[in-house]
Amino acid sequence: MTDAPLLDVRLISKSFRGLRAVSQVSLAVRPGEIVGLIGPNGAGKTTTFNMIAGVFPPDEGEIRFDGADITGLRADQVCHAGIGRTFQLVKPFYGLSVEDNVLIGALRATRDVDAARAAAVDLLDRFGLADRRHQAAGALTLPDRKRLEVARAMATRPRLLLLDEVMAGLRPGETDEMVQVFQTLNRETGLTILMIEHVMRAVMALSQHIVVLNYGERIAEGEPEQVVRDPKVLESYLGEEAV
Amino acid sequence: MRGVGAVLRGAPRAATGLAVLGAALLVAPLLVDDYLLSVILITLYFAFVGQAWNLMMGYAGQLSLGHALYVGLGGYAAAAFFVHFGLTPWAGMVIGILVAAAFAAGIGLLAFRFGIGGVYFALLTIAVAEFTRILFEHFEWVGATGGFFLPVENREINDLLMLRGSPAMFYYVILAMTVGLFLANVALIRSRMGYYWMAIREDQDAAQALGINTFRYKMMAVVLSASLTALGGVFLAFYNNNLFPIDAFGIHRSIEIILAPIIGGLGTLFGPILGAFILTPLGEVLTWALDQLGVQMAGVKHLFYGLVLLVIIRSLPGGVWPWFARRLGIEGPEARP
Ligand SMILES: Nc1ncnc2c1ncn2[C@@H]1O[C@H](COP(=O)(O)OP(=O)(O)OP(=O)(O)O)[C@@H](O)[C@H]1O
Ligand SMILES: [Mg+2]
Repeated sequence: MTDAPLLDVRLISKSFRGLRAVSQVSLAVRPGEIVGLIGPNGAGKTTTFNMIAGVFPPDEGEIRFDGADITGLRADQVCHAGIGRTFQLVKPFYGLSVEDNVLIGALRATRDVDAARAAAVDLLDRFGLADRRHQAAGALTLPDRKRLEVARAMATRPRLLLLDEVMAGLRPGETDEMVQVFQTLNRETGLTILMIEHVMRAVMALSQHIVVLNYGERIAEGEPEQVVRDPKVLESYLGEEAV
Repeated sequence: MRGVGAVLRGAPRAATGLAVLGAALLVAPLLVDDYLLSVILITLYFAFVGQAWNLMMGYAGQLSLGHALYVGLGGYAAAAFFVHFGLTPWAGMVIGILVAAAFAAGIGLLAFRFGIGGVYFALLTIAVAEFTRILFEHFEWVGATGGFFLPVENREINDLLMLRGSPAMFYYVILAMTVGLFLANVALIRSRMGYYWMAIREDQDAAQALGINTFRYKMMAVVLSASLTALGGVFLAFYNNNLFPIDAFGIHRSIEIILAPIIGGLGTLFGPILGAFILTPLGEVLTWALDQLGVQMAGVKHLFYGLVLLVIIRSLPGGVWPWFARRLGIEGPEARP
């Protein structure tokens, strides 16, 4: 793996009213790679995502995507640069149909509504939502909302997908299905993924590389097998969870 | 027209109803007396401005409580250039739209750049409308508090160029405007812009994450809605032949504009039209009944509108149209409360 990183996060920090939520965190994701971002509750994982996705700029540090500096860009600009994201607390467009939710994502890449609708139907099929596509998104169950969240982000045709706990709340069987979808996408389209995940079953199945945060700091990184044996990681996080 | 077809797909009763309504509206001036025609005309006017307001609130989710501002600006601009320079309202309308668009852009810029949203945005729209009313009360060029009047010379000759003529001419003008705006909205709402507005209405953060420049699309909604409302204002000024600051910009005028779309159904294409056809005739019947009873009380009509609003919102929270659409067998977004 000598490729230049697709995403290169260098020493970013963020404080909220004195609370240092993220402190000098660096991480890199190479093209085609799936990287897991783990750590206990409140470790700063979502905050790190929000900085990458342009929700707010980092207080310090730099974020580069495909060689270009994207630090401080707005969320919509980051999306156009090629980064799609899901929200930990899913944000479907409740009053719109499932299909229209995904269609709106697909309009990122085309002005043509019919083409966007066709792309949306394809994606809904892939995520097992085809039969529910005319329902209002607000009528979906939580697992289906999670699927919709991913399908909608995928519709923007990202090169890098940021997933924030999309497996949370899924049953083991559903988790495995979702894992398979990502494996297929990764294999077929070379989609690069950075995923925050508490469900270790999914993390271990998907990640080629893992970064661990605790109290806003990066405490470990490396190959999955090696990271889960790291004493610092076990102490801060995995100890309670028992892999 | 594909859009209307899609709305009416599988709803032959609705299609028939629409055809009958269209035909009735086309021949109405031949069938009804002047008074009834004036009621339908005002109903169509409220359907027009209601549709314009609905674009911004119903679709883009931005609440304006000061839309009379744009009615007034459009009307005053076109009327002033007509009276002072003999300019045709078709050109004056462009000036009115530009002025209204400039005010709307100012409000939008102020609000959206500095993150003023929700209730505070609505308050800002009221404040600007009130401020403009006070300004016009001292604006001698257009008559200040004394009012501004268009000459009413000959109601027999229909001069479409100068928008002077019979009630029937005004009727056909507003009918064309209302139908035209409806068809334009059908196309607009099924375009990328329409979907982006609805995304912003539903969830701004999610919209932005999908690559939508929310600032730009909110500005477009506000400016477009204001421009269309100003167009309604030009019509109203030339129909009424008089303009008073309190009647043009007053908050009660702004409220009147938003009642029909709320009662008919926010964020639906037919809602503002149906709402206008429910509310305006009801208001007329009430006025007539009060007259018969010899009751002379200011504000009774508004009290009544308030009651209607209360009843509808309690029993049909999505408005009358979505409920009606479901009964007609229409499916999809138009039937969703
Ligand atoms: N917008 C915000 N304003 C203030 N504090 C915040 C904000 N966002 C996050 N925080 C705080 O920053 C810290 C890190 O939160 P973050 O959401 O990044 O954690 P996380 O690793 O995603 O946790 P979880 O696994 O529970 O999702 C927490 O203490 C949180 O309360
Ligand atoms: Mg989180």
